[in-house]
Amino acid sequence: MTPLDRPSAAEVAAAVRSGERSARSFIEESLTQIGRDEATLHCFNEITAEQALARAEEIDAAVAKGEDPGPLAGVPIALKDNLCTRGIATTCSSKILEGWLPPYDATVVQRLHQAGAISVGKTNLDEFAMGSSTENSAFGPSRNPWDTGRVPGGSSGGSAAAVAAGYVPLSLGSDTGGSIRQPAAFCGTVGLKPTYGLVSRFGLIAFASSLDQIGPFANTVADAALMLESIAGHDPRDSTSLPTQPSAYLAALGEGVEGLRVGVISDFLTDADATIEVAVRGAAEALCAGGATVEEVAIPELMNALAAYYLIAPAEASSNLSRYDGVRYGLRVDAPDVAKMNAATRQAGFGPEVKRRIMLGTYVLSAGYYDAYYAQAQRVRTLVAEAFNRAYAQFDVLIGPTTPTVAFPFGAKVDDPLAMYLSDLYTIPSNLAGHPAVSVPFALGEGAMPIGVQLLGPALGESVMLRAAQVVEAAQATGVRGPVAMSEGSAR
Amino acid sequence: MTAEFTPEEVRYVAALARLALTEEEVASYATQLTSVLGHIDTIRALDLEGVAPTSHAFALENVFREDEVIEGLDRDEVLAQAPAAEDGRFRVPSILGEAP
Repeated sequence: MTPLDRPSAAEVAAAVRSGERSARSFIEESLTQIGRDEATLHCFNEITAEQALARAEEIDAAVAKGEDPGPLAGVPIALKDNLCTRGIATTCSSKILEGWLPPYDATVVQRLHQAGAISVGKTNLDEFAMGSSTENSAFGPSRNPWDTGRVPGGSSGGSAAAVAAGYVPLSLGSDTGGSIRQPAAFCGTVGLKPTYGLVSRFGLIAFASSLDQIGPFANTVADAALMLESIAGHDPRDSTSLPTQPSAYLAALGEGVEGLRVGVISDFLTDADATIEVAVRGAAEALCAGGATVEEVAIPELMNALAAYYLIAPAEASSNLSRYDGVRYGLRVDAPDVAKMNAATRQAGFGPEVKRRIMLGTYVLSAGYYDAYYAQAQRVRTLVAEAFNRAYAQFDVLIGPTTPTVAFPFGAKVDDPLAMYLSDLYTIPSNLAGHPAVSVPFALGEGAMPIGVQLLGPALGESVMLRAAQVVEAAQATGVRGPVAMSEGSAR
Repeated sequence: MTAEFTPEEVRYVAALARLALTEEEVASYATQLTSVLGHIDTIRALDLEGVAPTSHAFALENVFREDEVIEGLDRDEVLAQAPAAEDGRFRVPSILGEAP
């Protein structure tokens, strides 16, 4: 059975709310599938089966009493393991936090709980969300359900693979430079990075605070919209939370794209695989057929975003990760004095990529380099935002590839950090500008692997962007809706 | 001008970042970070005179709210997660060396 033969999140919730099926039965089904494929895929750092079954019984009891458990009633979900869950280990796939039990829940975790969703576990990621393949996880990589010899993408690779494998219809990831959209593209799922500040980050373990944003993975655009509605909205516990009311994203779907102005970002097509360029043009044609006007637009300023990002994100990370000092939580390696204890703990607890980025960030913030690097990167960030704003004066939605290539084999880029960083080339600009963007599976490319097409919108432009995404989704190639290999039991 | 991350600089930065790197790591980071900086250097050459830096996509200034009393985290629950705690506080090795 492929994921799309399974009920959508909306269908699960409808069946549970009406009493047609129990939440327990959906959780059991999810756990059965996890039990069958997880030894191969390694999507999870921890599976919380007992808690999930107990929560399902609460939901079923509520339904029996005539109460409405919420819009995601009984929906099995998976949470990226950088989202704090009270009393459940939250590791960021790092040895430095192994065994730590957070004393509080992230706001998104609370909101999904209140909406009736049930977490079945914490998903694997590149350590502290730094990476594009999950190969930087201290607990071993996750595998792509389409081809287990390839990476699922990252950093939210476990969350993407969990949806692609049909474990759960919805999961949460976080996206600092593409960490939701890139694995979504690699695994053939929908992945949405909302506007910066739309979703509270209270309880998301910080990587680069001016860029991090939480968002959903789903099999369909409609399910992604449904999950976004449950997590969006102001939170007084996040000082960067926007004081806006979220829109009714789901209700806006289905309105089509008649009259919308769509810009194809030509700069994103020059370095992408030929099959990916074909996919983007196919998606643009679908929008055109739906009544949108489609034109190419050059936004060369976006091509400086990657370099700026690899200054800004490590700089913020080097500061954020200074809190892992062996004092308040997680690992401590004993040493005679505090400074030696700090250094020994961090040396033992952090993996190679995290140390690399801390080094880079510390360097660019150090005396003598700040203006040349960090301040310059912040100026480039201004240019990227201004260039986007000029484009959005002409267009309602922009479209391009999510990634330059399809999912790559394990080990292909692990020794060449720069090559790995380049897989975020098309996703990073939206993070620098704080804008929303979504990856939608559209076609199959090299090795019969899925290709993601990216729709980009202006700040708080989620509704229009999702409408366009749904039109693209409706035109997607057959065979792109869920991998067959795992579900047919033919995994390598 | 292309920046180069020398082994000496790697050691200096590692000390700032409190990382006790091995000599092997010093050598590999020197090579890898020089390659990353080579790419990043493209933006050092840009003439951005007069462009204001952006620190945040939507800078919210002075976010005010009413002062409400809410439950804080439970001290014992928090301290239970610490590597070492004593008398309701985090315990660390000596900071200033032996007391006189």
